[in-house]
Amino acid sequence: MANAQAAQLRPDKSFQDLILVLQLYWAARGCVLLQPYDMEVGAGTFHPATTLRALGPKPWNVAYVQPSRRPTDGRYGENPNRLQHYYQYQVILKPSPSDIQELYLKSLYAIGINPKNHDIRFVEDDWESPTLGAWGLGWEVWCDGMEVSQFTYFQQVGGFDCDPVAGELTYGLERLAMYCQGVDNVYDLNFNGGEGDKKVTYGDVFLQAEQEYSRHNFEYANTERLLTHFRDAEAECKALLEAGDRGEGKMHECVLPAYDQCIKASHIFNLLDARGVISVTERQAYILRVRDLTKACCTAWLQTEAGGAS
Amino acid sequence: MSELLLEIFCEEIPSGMQARAGIELQRLVGDGLKEAGLEFKTARNFAGARRLTLVIEGLPDKSPDVSDERKGPRVGSPDKAIEGFLRAVGLKSADEAKIVTDEKKGNYYVAIIEKPGRETSDVLAELIPAVIRQFPWPKSQRWGAGKLRWVRPLHSILCLLGGKVVAFDVDGITSGNETLGHRFLNEGAITVSNFDDYEKRLRDAHVILDADERQKLILEGANAAAKEASLELVEDEALLREAAGLVEWPVVLMGAFDKEFLDVPPEVIITAIKKHQKCFSLRDGKTGELANKFILVSNLIADDGGKAIIAGNERVVRARLSDAKFFWDQDCKIKLEDRLPALESIIFHEKLGTQAERVERLKVLARELAPAVSADPDKAERAAELCKADLVTDMVGEFPDLQGLMGKYYALDQGEDASVAAAIEGHYKPAGQRDTVPNDPVSIAVALADKLDTLVGFWAINEKPTGSKDPYALRRAALGVIRIILENSGPTIYLQAWLEEQIGKLGKADASGRWIWGYDPLSEISDLDKGLVESPQTRVGSPTRIASDLVAFFQDRLKVYLRDKGARHDLVDAVVTEDADDLLLIERRVNALHNFIDSEDGGNLLIGVRRAISILSAEEKKSGEPIVGIADPEIFETDEERAVWNAYGEMWTDVEIGLNTKKIEDALMALAKLRSPIDAFFDHVTVNADNHALRENRLKLLNQIREATLAVADFSKIEG
Repeated sequence: MANAQAAQLRPDKSFQDLILVLQLYWAARGCVLLQPYDMEVGAGTFHPATTLRALGPKPWNVAYVQPSRRPTDGRYGENPNRLQHYYQYQVILKPSPSDIQELYLKSLYAIGINPKNHDIRFVEDDWESPTLGAWGLGWEVWCDGMEVSQFTYFQQVGGFDCDPVAGELTYGLERLAMYCQGVDNVYDLNFNGGEGDKKVTYGDVFLQAEQEYSRHNFEYANTERLLTHFRDAEAECKALLEAGDRGEGKMHECVLPAYDQCIKASHIFNLLDARGVISVTERQAYILRVRDLTKACCTAWLQTEAGGAS
Repeated sequence: MSELLLEIFCEEIPSGMQARAGIELQRLVGDGLKEAGLEFKTARNFAGARRLTLVIEGLPDKSPDVSDERKGPRVGSPDKAIEGFLRAVGLKSADEAKIVTDEKKGNYYVAIIEKPGRETSDVLAELIPAVIRQFPWPKSQRWGAGKLRWVRPLHSILCLLGGKVVAFDVDGITSGNETLGHRFLNEGAITVSNFDDYEKRLRDAHVILDADERQKLILEGANAAAKEASLELVEDEALLREAAGLVEWPVVLMGAFDKEFLDVPPEVIITAIKKHQKCFSLRDGKTGELANKFILVSNLIADDGGKAIIAGNERVVRARLSDAKFFWDQDCKIKLEDRLPALESIIFHEKLGTQAERVERLKVLARELAPAVSADPDKAERAAELCKADLVTDMVGEFPDLQGLMGKYYALDQGEDASVAAAIEGHYKPAGQRDTVPNDPVSIAVALADKLDTLVGFWAINEKPTGSKDPYALRRAALGVIRIILENSGPTIYLQAWLEEQIGKLGKADASGRWIWGYDPLSEISDLDKGLVESPQTRVGSPTRIASDLVAFFQDRLKVYLRDKGARHDLVDAVVTEDADDLLLIERRVNALHNFIDSEDGGNLLIGVRRAISILSAEEKKSGEPIVGIADPEIFETDEERAVWNAYGEMWTDVEIGLNTKKIEDALMALAKLRSPIDAFFDHVTVNADNHALRENRLKLLNQIREATLAVADFSKIEG
């Protein structure tokens, strides 16, 4: 690692150092380092820096940490591997460079996974997000049998072809850190790299939150209000898209705020799902409603400057 | 004669797509060469994680010259016709064409088109890019800023003909003579000159080209490692194939897990480490019990001898097995019957209600079928009640393949009767042609109930298999019913009546009588009355029509089954008449008929009967009227006629008894008594007598023979 600070960082001892090493690594490869998006999302893919920026002709290289919420994965802090809130490290390289696999492998090397001692494998795993109307082909990357990343070549988002194609790398940070630190329980992860009474664990930071949010997700969240919020977000998204629409051939003026409402609707749907109030048949209908919003946002995005319209 | 070596190198190809891709590459290039007139001796293909390779031997350097004669218009034809011809064959003037003289047609033009042979390398330089562009991957993608599609990004193409690079370019990828070795165990490009060199250099660079060899190495390595630990490998062909597609240089290693996990049923452990980790299980060769060890196949000769790799895999296996053990412990806490309410929220099919409703039907059916298979009706009903409960367990949620099996374990755990537990697993059987058929009576009852309910349901809502599409595996269900009945020699079910009754019963209406799902007896009338277009409920007709359509489906599946078992197709066709709906009887008749026509009496009778049938058919065709009724003994003129009449009278009762008691051999034996009277009849009697009444009476006598034999089989379908 060329960077002087990098030598001080210990990704095998500290969760935050792992993140810092990845930040330095991808910054050195020309990525824009963004901060997390300030809304509840199910995965880093929902960040507009991925969903929207993957569309249109403009090159775009970005990396960021994204806190991700999966309400149904809550386990009241009792499962050593499952969390309803966790971190993803997301990298988008558009167009995908021809050495993207090598770049990725070197990032593993940077965090201390030496491919001379570890069995790294690219195992088929096609990706599809029904709510985003998106799909791609790629792999889950295995390190000694453990999935440490998702690697996807985006083919479509919001029903539109991605041209050029963006390569998406998603690192599951907790799992990767557990591997680097040799820890079996996520709550035992050393967060700050401190020793003795200076040590702060992942459990110190997040255990209470996992317990409280599990109660919220499964028991307390008011489903009536959530249903109202869902409808509100859906209506607002459509209203904003309409307000910003200046007609065919003209630039759209209000895509990002509309897309926020789409993200909101998606998260509310996930909460309703966790509360168990959505039946199998309704489920499909809700997914389609969110997808319609995403598609509408993507359509509008292509009529903006960042979306490549002129 | 030259060798073609082609390698297409790309990012990791899904293991399951590799073998097919190798075959397709060979087919497409081979066909293309032949089309260009280039014959070759042999072609071989190799497929692996990062490369498809094709080697073709014995290619000529050039395709042969071809001279093609094209006939043109007559000399003196209108100018336009001649000009058109010259344009079509590429000649400048009529002087360049030959003139041929024909006595009848006069003189006409002939153009001789000489097509010189093409350099093989030129053909390849066009052919291979075309093959790459149209390659039939099940799924393909674009990458970067390019337009090309491949299974994953394509990096390089090696193409040598007789050691020389065949130069071409596919979307900026230029062909060459270089490739790469193992991703981690080799650095830098490898330059090759021919296939032998290529294979050897790749091996030096830690790539085993041949998938069969990789499989062999894995299997040998796994067996050796197992032996060293005094254990035995749980072999799994599909897993072996998959593992061989994930590595270029297989290195077999062994890991272990805590013994406490062995409390979980062995199938769960095997499935968990296979499905998620692609690892093999091991067992004690003597007791057959699962061991707390597993085999993993890595792609690396690690600097530390594999210590880190084993440790990593062990941790993941441990996490997987903790999950499985957690599911097992949790699932055992809830009784299967307490899970039944959860089935109410699982839709079996939109038009066929929920799983809970289906279970209610299965309970009734299993109880109804029980006596016919000598099963205890209470046990059959109990097994049916519980047979779907495991669908809502955590374990089956995680490993859907374990449905049924987990139900059995949970049933045993809660103290259910052993045959009830066995039926919960066995009711899905046979799952395919090679799967075993249940033979415990309770299992048979529930397995039949499950399959017949499925078939009745999907037929009632008109969701039948079409062509290669059979999303609900209805062919498999029908074959399952056939195999269960035939391989257990029972029960006898008269399908037409049985299915008709079930279809009529299948459905549910709300309090106001509005149709909700299933077969709606009123939809046809009410919708027509209202003048509505096709309602969402698909209307296909009365239970009788639906049932006979389903019987025909069973007949088709049975024909396929019997032919696969080696039965003569003509005998099967002779026996499967339109209303033959007793599967067991059909099989028996086919067998009996086979033995019968092999016997001397049977063979000769067949000749006689066929002669009778062909005379009757000819007459019927001529007059357009069917010949019906029986002969009048008063009109007989010859002893031979009377002899047939008498023999008919004697044998007919025996045929009927034989048929009614299903002693098909007896019926055939009785028929055989007709043999010598018929032979004598055809030797001495002319059917086509001048006397009209006499002739008609003789035809009627033959018709009696036809009818009698038709009760057993349609002899006209049997080939000589």
